[in-house]
Amino acid sequence: MAMTSATIESLIKEAFPDANVVVAPLADDGDHFAARVSTPVFAGLSRVKQHQMVYAALKGKMGNELHALALETSVPTSKE
Amino acid sequence: MSEIADRIKGVIAGDDVVLFMKGVPAAPQCGFSAAVVEVLAQLNVPFKSVNVLADGEIREGIKEFSDWPTIPQLYVKGEFIGGCDIVREMYQSGELKTMLDDKAVGLARN
Repeated sequence: MAMTSATIESLIKEAFPDANVVVAPLADDGDHFAARVSTPVFAGLSRVKQHQMVYAALKGKMGNELHALALETSVPTSKE
Repeated sequence: MSEIADRIKGVIAGDDVVLFMKGVPAAPQCGFSAAVVEVLAQLNVPFKSVNVLADGEIREGIKEFSDWPTIPQLYVKGEFIGGCDIVREMYQSGELKTMLDDKAVGLARN
């Protein structure tokens, strides 16, 4: 089943309630998306670890229903 | 460790830079694999490539091995560096070149 940006966003938000999450489709095929996830939880963690945590939030969908998710993770730089 | 994990370990230990990808460097079968090949070419780094499309056991095994759900995957001196997004980000920031220089990768060959 094709996924939507909203499904991906809610799965990520569920795992990282404090995160700033932006998800957008890269193509109209329902399995290529781009996501930007920014949360203080990532502080001090390697990029690999940060991405692994996001993949875990997607509960096995990554690499299956979801063929590609271009991911950009970061720690918020200022307290806004 | 399973047999396939041992096999993957052997491959990763065999070369300084190992890229698990879809297709071969001259003809990548996926845009994300192509992007990593392009980065390595830009940096003029010799690397060994493993075509996961030609080896179903490695294709599944590598995902479990690194706890990483997608291909491509880049390894430098046995260490998992990341997938396409991370490699591209590290290339753009210059971090990848610094890391390769620090590990003296690609200097002794050719």
